[in-house]
Amino acid sequence: MEFETVIGLEVHVELKTNSKIFSSAPAHFGAEPNTNTTVIDLGYPGVLPVMNETAVEYAMKAAMAINCEIAEEAIWDRKNYFYPDNPKAYQVSQNDKPIGEHGWVEIEVNGETKRIGITRLHLEEDAGKLTHAGKHSLCDYNRQGTPLVEIVSEPDIRSPEEAYAFLEKLKAIIQYTEVSDCKMEEGSLRCDANISIRPYGQKEFGTRTELKNLNSFNFVRKGLEYEEKRQAEVVSSGGKVDQETRRFDESTGKTLLMRVKEGSDDYRYFPEPDLLPVYIDDEWKEHVRSTIPELPDARKKRYMDELGLPAHDAKVLTMSKEIADFFEATVAAGAGAKLASNWLMGEVPAYLNAEGKELAETKLTPDNLAGMISLLEKGTISSKIAKTVFKELIENDGDAEAIVKEKGLVQISDESALLKFVNDALDANPQSIADFKDGKKKAIGFLVGQIMKASKGQANPQAINKLLAEEIAKR
Amino acid sequence: MSLFDHKLNEIQSMLHKKEITIPDLVDESFKRISAVDGDVKAFLTLDEENARNQAKELQESGKTGILNGVPIGVKDNIVTKGLRTTAASQILYNFDPIYDATVVNKLREAGTITVGKLNMDEFAMGSSTENSSFQKTRNPWNLDRVPGGSSGGSAASVAAGEVPFSLGSDTGGSIRQPASFCGVVGMKPTYGRVSRFGLIAFASSLDQIGPITRNVEDNAHLLEAIVGVDPYDTTSANVAGESFAKNLTGDVKGLRIAVPKEYLGEGVSEEVKQSVLAALKVLEGQGASWEEVSLPHSKYGVATYYLLASSEASSNLARFDGIRYGYRAENAENLIDLYKKTRAEGFGDEVKRRIMLGTFALSSGYYDAYYKKAQQVRTLIKKDFEDVFENYDVIIGPTTPTPAFKIGEIIDDPLTMYANDILTIPVNLAGVPGISIPCGFSDGMPLGLQIIGRHFDEKTVYRVAHAYEQATDFHKEKPEL
Repeated sequence: MEFETVIGLEVHVELKTNSKIFSSAPAHFGAEPNTNTTVIDLGYPGVLPVMNETAVEYAMKAAMAINCEIAEEAIWDRKNYFYPDNPKAYQVSQNDKPIGEHGWVEIEVNGETKRIGITRLHLEEDAGKLTHAGKHSLCDYNRQGTPLVEIVSEPDIRSPEEAYAFLEKLKAIIQYTEVSDCKMEEGSLRCDANISIRPYGQKEFGTRTELKNLNSFNFVRKGLEYEEKRQAEVVSSGGKVDQETRRFDESTGKTLLMRVKEGSDDYRYFPEPDLLPVYIDDEWKEHVRSTIPELPDARKKRYMDELGLPAHDAKVLTMSKEIADFFEATVAAGAGAKLASNWLMGEVPAYLNAEGKELAETKLTPDNLAGMISLLEKGTISSKIAKTVFKELIENDGDAEAIVKEKGLVQISDESALLKFVNDALDANPQSIADFKDGKKKAIGFLVGQIMKASKGQANPQAINKLLAEEIAKR
Repeated sequence: MSLFDHKLNEIQSMLHKKEITIPDLVDESFKRISAVDGDVKAFLTLDEENARNQAKELQESGKTGILNGVPIGVKDNIVTKGLRTTAASQILYNFDPIYDATVVNKLREAGTITVGKLNMDEFAMGSSTENSSFQKTRNPWNLDRVPGGSSGGSAASVAAGEVPFSLGSDTGGSIRQPASFCGVVGMKPTYGRVSRFGLIAFASSLDQIGPITRNVEDNAHLLEAIVGVDPYDTTSANVAGESFAKNLTGDVKGLRIAVPKEYLGEGVSEEVKQSVLAALKVLEGQGASWEEVSLPHSKYGVATYYLLASSEASSNLARFDGIRYGYRAENAENLIDLYKKTRAEGFGDEVKRRIMLGTFALSSGYYDAYYKKAQQVRTLIKKDFEDVFENYDVIIGPTTPTPAFKIGEIIDDPLTMYANDILTIPVNLAGVPGISIPCGFSDGMPLGLQIIGRHFDEKTVYRVAHAYEQATDFHKEKPEL
């Protein structure tokens, strides 16, 4: 039997406000354990929360960027549960009236676009972090009180591929709004997935399982792929899927049972009496809306319409605001759009992957990259030399033209100079001349290689091709 | 005669004339405490060394002010940096706060000297201070009787002359009822008037800190010192600062008083009724008039209160889990076991009863029938008050249905105990201010008159209380200890 897969995602995004949602403690990642805390974060007796206005604005901004309707009155609720990473034994969250509802995100899979509905976006506080060490568990409350938005999608996703595309798009949009870094490795973006299957044509949803421990978009996809197969096998062999929470195991690529859910957890939500509702008027909404920059889809369209980039280039470049901004600055500094795009989609990510670095950690700048691209466009350097120059730029900065001069990397296009290389090569390889005349066109390639080698890569390939043809004809 | 028999302005005048010094005041306090606190048991913790040092510093500083250099006692659910704060609970038996409550900071600015922390019902849950995990405070007027609660230590310490004034907290009557039982003046301000930052929460939407004093004027001075909007408490109100003490004109001519028939009805003792009627006569004599009105939903007050307060408490008290501070059970086998043992051993019976009640009321399937319904009734109770205040300036009735009962008399009967707050609870639900002032005696035990005002109209409440006090001598009576 063939099954249709139904997926809904819950994405948690930490907001990068300076201070925490209810206290003045810094909300930054990576400090010594329990140093970014105040009595408020630690849930000491007698403390009260004070809502961080920027956190509310960031949540509004994120909600607007994914096309949500914004609440006129945001109400805070307590979600009660005991756990050592939750110092008040309740999490301040939003149950009844979230900041954003009824939004959507457009994704593109296999050339087709599709809208995935957003049920809600609400603001809440993050919990601390536990580390288990043998018989002991250690609590670090640095993360406690970091503002967090939870974004819940409608069950509109129909494949692991769509889930992947949704996450990439959502991440790009949120990053563009600059309310979060969306770094999964630092926990500033986290994702849980709900998945069920049903026979094609059936309206009712099947019983769903919830997947946790999905630490990269790839693991989300792999976990969902495993789970849709597993559920199909269970149903096909006459069994039934249990409502349960499963953990994705990175080493085996399988999902493992964490706990069976019997009914739903009772968090005894009630309105937080320590916080007043926040009223959001039109003026405030418009102010926040005006701070939202051009989003990925709009940029993609502009790159295609105005810069003439192919759709693929425009999509890849706009996936990350950092790269897109870099690209635009490079073009503004005088580089041709297509060449700039080629480098930012090719050599740049290849270098970053190989070195395990972020673009911002390198010495590459839009200016120095544009300088190099101009030399390429003018024919001053060859693509091959450009790679050497690029390595110098990304590691040590500098000016491409100066590097080329200093290292004597200028392309030799002068015919009299090239003629010597050509005739030397022909003199040394009479067999190649014979081969070429016998119709073996490949012989030319060999000769060009010899010349490039002798000229240390500086010979202009087009000129050499032309001269070779002329000189062979003379012999 | 004790120095504390003088009003604040008299004390300041004596200090100014150098008849006494600030160290004398602190000395008076500790002398009295060592003489009577063995019987009264109002204090849980004393801070003698710091208090005496602070007295010396203040004396030398030349600082002045109506509260400057005057000793004060603070209820043990208000956190004091470095000074043990337990909320009278075993679960915080070793808790030394690392910050000061906003009211404590304000007191420091005003120059009061904290001599110690006062006993109470555990987490302010109770009406007799018998629910303290550590000791039973006794009524200075009769040591066999309760001082009331939950601010029993705060009221008893003032009545016993250990301190001239103290801070209490009031969630359903916890300042006014013990003030009534101990023959002192206790004010529950408008919700939002005083910052709750640093008050260990019982029921966040009802809790207010307020002053307990020997007379109305001092009460007004002490409240003035602690009011105001606080950036650390977003439920604190930004209302213009007012001088309550300056408005004690003694003039109540034309004042319109409402007397709810429910406040003189069933369950209210005859002597209490008579004392209130006599008080109304006094005010009439001063030019006020009164009429009977109705607060029709006040009969649901106790039920509404126990649902809402317990619901909030079940959440507020969940943080006491043995992980970060306070009591931690030994020999726990795992996390759940640690929670269970810590909370089973750390909390007393009344606290557990209310946590269970509140947890139940918030549970899915019961929320609408209990918590939500109670919120709706709260709105009706609030409206009752608003309706009455359209035509009247204050509401007057008794503070409690009876005078102080005997220690041990009703501790095993929670419903009777809860009913003791029947006249004070609606005031918290409505969020309006209410004061209890001495208005007579029954069998040697003090009775309290409750005066309730409009939101943020403490000024009128004080003016009426003061006018009545001027015309009577009940507040001048002192217990023999």
